[in-house]
Amino acid sequence: MKVVVDEEKCVAAGQCVSAAMDVFDQRDEDGVVVLLTESPPPELADAVRTAAAVCPALAIRIEE
Amino acid sequence: MAEYPTARDGKCPFAPPAELLEHAPVAPARIWDGSTPWLVTSHAAQRAILSDPRVSVDEKRPGFPFPTRAMAETVDHRPLTIFNADGSEHARIRRTMTSPFTRNRMEKLRPAIQQITDQLIDKMLAGPKPVDLVTALSLPLPSLMICELLGVPYTDHEFFQEHATVAVKRDATAEESLAGMQALGGYLGKLISDKMAEPANDVLSDFATRVTAQELTLADATLLCMVLLIAGHETSANMITLGTAALLENPEQLALLRNNPEPPVVASAVEELLRYLTIPHLGQRRIASEDIEIEGVTIRAGDGIVVPLPAGNWDPAAFPEPERLDLTRDARHHHAFGWGVHQCIGQQLARIELQVVYGTLYRRVPTLRLAIGRDELEFKGDSLAYGVYELPVTW
Repeated sequence: MKVVVDEEKCVAAGQCVSAAMDVFDQRDEDGVVVLLTESPPPELADAVRTAAAVCPALAIRIEE
Repeated sequence: MAEYPTARDGKCPFAPPAELLEHAPVAPARIWDGSTPWLVTSHAAQRAILSDPRVSVDEKRPGFPFPTRAMAETVDHRPLTIFNADGSEHARIRRTMTSPFTRNRMEKLRPAIQQITDQLIDKMLAGPKPVDLVTALSLPLPSLMICELLGVPYTDHEFFQEHATVAVKRDATAEESLAGMQALGGYLGKLISDKMAEPANDVLSDFATRVTAQELTLADATLLCMVLLIAGHETSANMITLGTAALLENPEQLALLRNNPEPPVVASAVEELLRYLTIPHLGQRRIASEDIEIEGVTIRAGDGIVVPLPAGNWDPAAFPEPERLDLTRDARHHHAFGWGVHQCIGQQLARIELQVVYGTLYRRVPTLRLAIGRDELEFKGDSLAYGVYELPVTW
């Protein structure tokens, strides 16, 4: 699984962090998403799919 | 032609009106001024519309479907804010407001919110019974919490709370509301100015730093702080009150929550209550900037669009048996905070607050019950944020 985030689209809702805090964080200065790892381990796959589904800005893309 | 909005059924005030739940996914309805915007009711169609870049929040476009006559008549008095800006301008404004609301920063507030909640409950338990939960806990908690976040000095909490309450009081006169807003605006403006000289670690200081750097004016910073106050005040308060009323109606669910206060259980309960209650209940307002094909219809450029969030949250295609309050279901895909780039900026703050309150109140007051009949509760049907005016409780 490869994860790609679009910083331009991100609105700093923070839902990705709630869903998968080992994979996503937020910048201090504006809350925009920070991708902690491009290739999360299999045990985090479901959490990452949830993160993509709950992102209101559709800023997370997953390549399975 | 369907009308929007319609009244809820007195027998089940938590449920959205039946006509709304039976409305087609995208079909017109007549609103207060006789216009017929598209009412978007299915969960899937709401997602599509709220994330479509051809859908605008610019209330100055002709044909914008205002929620009330008052909003329509005062449109020229409202400056450009996060609520009515589109595209890159919206993104720019939003990024000046998002830093205080990150998940990490909200988590750091949890101990303070817990402390305020416990203190308010201590005071309630030591006082007379019955008591109105709204005045004892639901209103003061968000007010004090916003003080904590903004950085309002403790000595000024009472002034702040008093004037913030007037802004959301139903029987306040127009003069009282205006006077309250002006007092609050004047106070916040002065506080920001003070923090330009002596910044602290709080939201007002963040704004003060931006004013000093000439990234925004003092007037705009004051307006943004007022927006944060008003937006996060009644919504959170109504969730505390209405959530308590709904849980008291569903004792098995209440017992589940009370007996299992682990964070994942409480977090799941909060999402389900957000879905079930959907406090912002009178339809998000939009207008199409281009033609949009959806669900077999064509929304024309310039057509008004209304998105009633409770309908999406009670769509059985997204939430099976939506009328059932089920604190264990996965309700994370609800629309209680909206959807798309305008999704509520304070949502993580609301979540932490509700997790603390729902995780504390029923555990500390296990015999909490209504002090009047459920039929006697007065629901805020016409208000932009659904709730009850009073919740007399005893224990």
